[in-house]
Amino acid sequence: MAFKHVNKGVRRVDAYEKVTGKAKFGADLEFANMLHAKVLRTEYPHAEIKKIETAAAEGMPGVKGVFTAKDIPNNLFGVIVQDQQVLADKKVLLAGDGVAMAVAETEAQAAAALEKIEVEYRELEGIFDPLESRKEGALKLHPEKDDNQVIHHPLRKGDVEKGFAEADVILEREYTTQFIEHSYLEPEAVVVVPNGENHLVSVYGSIQNPYATRNAVSAVLEVELAEVRVIQNHIGGSFGGKDEVVSAMAARAAVMALKTGRPVKMVNSREESFTESYKRHPYHLTYKIGATKEGKLTAMEIEAVADSGGYACQTPFVTWRSVVQATGPYEVENVKTDTYGYYTNNPYTGAMRGYGSPQVIFAQESLMDELAAELGLEPVELRKRNMYSQGSVTASGQKLERHTVSLNEVMTKAMEAIDYKKKYEEYSGEQPGDKKKGIGLSISFRGCSLGAEAIDAAASVIQINKDGSVAVYSGLAENGQGLKTIFSQIAAEVLGVPMSEVEFKELDTSFTPDSGSTVASRATLIGGNAIKDAAEKLKGRIMDFAADKYDFKAEQLELKDGFLYDGQGNRLATFADLTGEMGNTGILMSAYGWYKSPPISWDEEKGSGNPYFTYVYGCQIAEVEVDTGTGELNVLNMAAAHDVGRAINPENVKGQIYGGVMMGLGYGIMEELEVRDGVIQGTNFHDYMIPTIKDMPDIKPVIVENPDPDGPFGAKSIGEPTLELGSAAIANAVAHASGRRIRSLPLNLERVLIGRALHKGGK
Amino acid sequence: MAKLEVEITVNGEQHKLKVGSQERLLDTLRDKLKLTGTKEGCSVGECGACTVIVDDQAVNSCLVLTAQVDGSEIITVEGLESKSGLHPLQKAFIEKQAVQCGFCTPGMLMSALALLNTNPTPTKEEIKTALEGNLCRCTGYQQIIDAVEMAAEEWGV
Repeated sequence: MAFKHVNKGVRRVDAYEKVTGKAKFGADLEFANMLHAKVLRTEYPHAEIKKIETAAAEGMPGVKGVFTAKDIPNNLFGVIVQDQQVLADKKVLLAGDGVAMAVAETEAQAAAALEKIEVEYRELEGIFDPLESRKEGALKLHPEKDDNQVIHHPLRKGDVEKGFAEADVILEREYTTQFIEHSYLEPEAVVVVPNGENHLVSVYGSIQNPYATRNAVSAVLEVELAEVRVIQNHIGGSFGGKDEVVSAMAARAAVMALKTGRPVKMVNSREESFTESYKRHPYHLTYKIGATKEGKLTAMEIEAVADSGGYACQTPFVTWRSVVQATGPYEVENVKTDTYGYYTNNPYTGAMRGYGSPQVIFAQESLMDELAAELGLEPVELRKRNMYSQGSVTASGQKLERHTVSLNEVMTKAMEAIDYKKKYEEYSGEQPGDKKKGIGLSISFRGCSLGAEAIDAAASVIQINKDGSVAVYSGLAENGQGLKTIFSQIAAEVLGVPMSEVEFKELDTSFTPDSGSTVASRATLIGGNAIKDAAEKLKGRIMDFAADKYDFKAEQLELKDGFLYDGQGNRLATFADLTGEMGNTGILMSAYGWYKSPPISWDEEKGSGNPYFTYVYGCQIAEVEVDTGTGELNVLNMAAAHDVGRAINPENVKGQIYGGVMMGLGYGIMEELEVRDGVIQGTNFHDYMIPTIKDMPDIKPVIVENPDPDGPFGAKSIGEPTLELGSAAIANAVAHASGRRIRSLPLNLERVLIGRALHKGGK
Repeated sequence: MAKLEVEITVNGEQHKLKVGSQERLLDTLRDKLKLTGTKEGCSVGECGACTVIVDDQAVNSCLVLTAQVDGSEIITVEGLESKSGLHPLQKAFIEKQAVQCGFCTPGMLMSALALLNTNPTPTKEEIKTALEGNLCRCTGYQQIIDAVEMAAEEWGV
């Protein structure tokens, strides 16, 4: 198919305002008469609140109000389980829980007021390890619950006892992963404006999921959804991170805006952001795998325990994705998987790019290399003997047949891109000196979109103005990933207009229908289909009108480059004249688009069904150099091959790959949010290191395209798959280079040199 | 608090300002002059989002007091575009898809501008050194390097 706009690396539609400084982010917004607010957060990971004294703070200069839990209409919120408080009432469950807030004429005055608030606590014993939290008789952190378990997802397939009996080799291994900070460059910021434009409150700011934030604000204020308007435009990175923490911020600001009758702005410092925001789940993973001596897998038994921190947040869904991906993309007859989440008094954990897959992939793809070594097989060979192909059946019993299963293709292309075979052979031989090179790979399958987590549908609105300009609205949000551009390309493609005629508008919950959250790498797939739907409805109307007017059959006509053509390539009218005339004739030139995903199924008791309607496949390979004398690890090259169905914008896809590979590199070798007895050690970028430009390996992105029958123009997902594979590929390369197998992330200096972390009890 | 009188030139425009002795250049730019293109990401000089050019040098404006730069010439991201259009760096950032969320972009542009002003033909390694203090969590940096290389070429012509 020849495309005009789709499948082209067209420029981002939001780049101009971003390179000129014109783009307004949350902290840049100003409203007349605006106040500023700050939150007092506890330093205790678990404590009873005996008393909060606010009188002195209320008398401070410029202060317009000091508020505590008693001022919040409905203090409980949460996307899945309502166990989180806007401000802690009787108890704090993690160091960083907000206990009071002050609003004043300036930010400095609000901060000064916090100093005068006196809180009396009674410190309580805490639990800081989910393996302790799960023990019988452990202190209950949420007394209203039976125990500390947030969730348990079982999966049973075949008979693992029988499977292990058939095995010639059985390996049992433990792996652990760490807390990760999202590290979006923009700290959270919101402004809430009260009583304007027919809404009780209007919420602006760095909001990943406007509808989730609207739900939270309306629930906290105990008002109808229609009373709350959320407007989202520019956001300085999110990666799953600006959901609950920003909803809480918006709810707090909304309470204060209504109490004072004035706009209220809240902006977190980096330290406040580290302290209060949720993190990527650390996992404790136990894997048992059996295989015949020919290298055929016979059984896998997996237990994954996730640290949920003080609140449930998204743990039930994060761990659900783990259960689907835990065996990796391999055919295994007999599987027993148990994935758990437990409350602790650690920072709470939630959505972060990858969402429960990076942890299990690190374990399971490390394990495949360990098994290959045990069997005397090359890593690629063991994978080839077991990995999914067209028609394979997954651990949950889903037959992969609706889409192209392209594991072999992504693996082959990644290997070619980095010259894997030659390097594998070369580095497998004797290497003199301390510096050793190695190469390692990992592969994955990943369910696209929400799957069985929730109803999976999205909306759009397209409006053609009388001058032929096209306004596009989506219920899904630009988070920096390029959604505005991709959706504009799809609209331009269907309507046959130049990109310059398409204007993507900011998201306004009072106008565009609820489309769920911009998560799960679902925007291009689900939202793109909704854009296509609206554009096709309008195109149908235009063609019918033109066929009648020019006495052609609709199928003989074509819309291209802003003109209407007959079948012979003759221009009949401009798009603007034609659609303008339609508008003047009284034809509705706006359309709602809607897309609901194909059916899926899930039996929570057995862990069986068709959890996702389509999957993407990826392979990443890392080439490293390890200094066995110092532990220094240098990632030299990486190849990343990803099947995206169809790249709506290949340059954008490459951007996702580069960014995801680097985030995965951080996860693999340098990032670790140190939490000691519930308290984060170091709350800024001088303690928590994310990759800089100097940490970049040479990255070779490979885009593989097997159009999906359900994707818009065949497109599927790319955001998350890019970061889930790197840590295992690097760990495998390090083992190949040095012979040292590291089963805990990150692979920092001490683990590479001595095999464990230096701190007491370190793994 | 005692106010100090300073005179600075920002993007070619002269400003006489009264500033507090503790006032950061970042706050002067954002709050007083409403130049919000310069971003605050960490406030401790680690992320580079607040990078501006002071007398031809890229600096973290969160670490500089306005009183220290009295008499200086300052360029912010808002000063890049001129009547004749976008600066070659801006064009290259758009062309090479070097922008995702865009929060680090102003700081990246400023560090790149300081580099090209002193070294119009940088090597890839020199570009990396110049941008080492600017964190980006979205792009993985590759397309930013591509953009600076492209701008250097275009600018040289």
